[in-house]
Amino acid sequence: MTKTIKENLIGYLSIAPAILLIGGVGIIPILITFTYSFQYRVLTDPLNIHYVGLDNYIKLLTDPSFWEVFKNTAVFAILSMTVELFVGLTAALFMNSAKRYVGIIRTIILIPWAIPGIIIAYMFSFMFNDQLSVINVILEGLGLIDNPITFLANKHWAMFVVVVADTWKQFPYIALMLLAGLQTIPKELYESASVDGAGTIQQFFKITLPNLKGIILIVLLFRTMGAIRIFDIIYGITGGGPANSTATLLYKAYKYIFGDMNFGLGSAMSTIITLLIMILSFVYIRTLKTED
Amino acid sequence: MKSKSVVYGKRIFYIVGLLVFMAIIVFPFYWQVITSIKDPADITKMPTELWPSRFSLDLYKSVFVNHHLQVYLLNSIIVAVGAMLLTVVVAFPAAYAFVRFKFKFKKFWQNIILLANMFPLIAIVTPMFIIFRQLHLLNTYLGLILPSVILTLPMAIWTLIAFIKTLPFELEEAAKIDGARRRDVILKVVLPLSFPGLFTTAIIAFISAWNEFMFALVLVTKDEMRTVPIAISMFPGEYSVPWGDMSAASIVATIPIIIVVLICQKRIISGLTSGAIKG
Repeated sequence: MTKTIKENLIGYLSIAPAILLIGGVGIIPILITFTYSFQYRVLTDPLNIHYVGLDNYIKLLTDPSFWEVFKNTAVFAILSMTVELFVGLTAALFMNSAKRYVGIIRTIILIPWAIPGIIIAYMFSFMFNDQLSVINVILEGLGLIDNPITFLANKHWAMFVVVVADTWKQFPYIALMLLAGLQTIPKELYESASVDGAGTIQQFFKITLPNLKGIILIVLLFRTMGAIRIFDIIYGITGGGPANSTATLLYKAYKYIFGDMNFGLGSAMSTIITLLIMILSFVYIRTLKTED
Repeated sequence: MKSKSVVYGKRIFYIVGLLVFMAIIVFPFYWQVITSIKDPADITKMPTELWPSRFSLDLYKSVFVNHHLQVYLLNSIIVAVGAMLLTVVVAFPAAYAFVRFKFKFKKFWQNIILLANMFPLIAIVTPMFIIFRQLHLLNTYLGLILPSVILTLPMAIWTLIAFIKTLPFELEEAAKIDGARRRDVILKVVLPLSFPGLFTTAIIAFISAWNEFMFALVLVTKDEMRTVPIAISMFPGEYSVPWGDMSAASIVATIPIIIVVLICQKRIISGLTSGAIKG
């Protein structure tokens, strides 16, 4: 009896610092945000804070710009995940079949993953800059375009640049995860398949892809969260522009909170994002469980 | 004959693929480095020079003399090292307890920690700003370290759990049979064995604290307390963007990270992928 009490006590004492930190700096603020979301709370009007029920949510959901931003988030998430998964898988297959220089390649692709997002944002912002774009110089040099493209002034191109920058930062992580997965697939599977006369493409769809399914799902889960939470890349490249076309839900929430100082409205937006993430991760985790 | 040409074809395909791949990864770095060593007057020259006609280190001088990058570098180092140490010190006992101790609601607390990894920072930062303002934690190192730890702690605990699970439990039992106390077993047997796992966790925590943007943007209002990423984001003025200064500053801010990656790449990769492979 006393031994189990002691065991419980030691267990709890060991996890206490972690739980207190995560609770105090993570969970409690989220709950406070939840209560703010039902308040009129504007930082420049501090004496007038009061509860307004669902007003903030109604205001958001009836505002057409909310749905525009919602659509931007979905477009960015789907585009970036598709491109990142495709590039990441290509890179992983490539590294898996490469016999030489794998160590060097792995090291080099780790660097984009490791450097600050805001720096990547400015790198791409400069490369696709309206007046000084080196990409235009290269495209003109190759004879692909006659006139420079104003990438960041056009809403479709602006989204394209954001996706490219995000892909550059994120695909290494995906590639390394998938490479680790590829290395766990037994070689005999491929050997017996080629004895049976299966070609490379058939082997890919019959052996490689099914074996990577679990990892692909985990990667998609992480990247969905990442796409919803993206901030520094958009902040640095487009600032949500032109005309809100690259503003995501989270970016808009930031604008409400620290641009307009409207903590109530921004908190309602943040709560919607939290709910969205919870629903999506629930769906993914259910899928993962049934996969097992 | 045929098989030989297939081999050559494959090799050419491989080399072309490798070059395209490398060009895509390397070009943004190349452009950053080239811009940073151009003569400041040539940066806005049209058309842009792909290879500079004259070199200069003026931009690097400007970054330290005019923009005081050394101040922000020091801030970044203090915050990243602080967050790294706090992460490891808090994560290790928790991870060990989750693997070896039996206590009630263990699964529940593990899930809470996993859940914390999903939180959108935007839902944390508003109350944090208000609380930190009341506690006078805005514009302090501790006020930057604490939120960074939230970012890294869930990952750190899960990486360490995966690592500690691979340690042979027999060693700990043997030490116990020899009469060693639990505290000594942990300090003298488990901790040294866990060093590779702790090291991996520490590097990833350092990198993520060094790169953290939103908290550092919002929770610091005094210029002299800014970290490097925020300082660079403050370079653009209302009418012009000093691309040259920003390139040089970015290179300076990236070098510490590149060094860390070059030295520790094996550990980083094992840390990043450990969770996924072991489930």
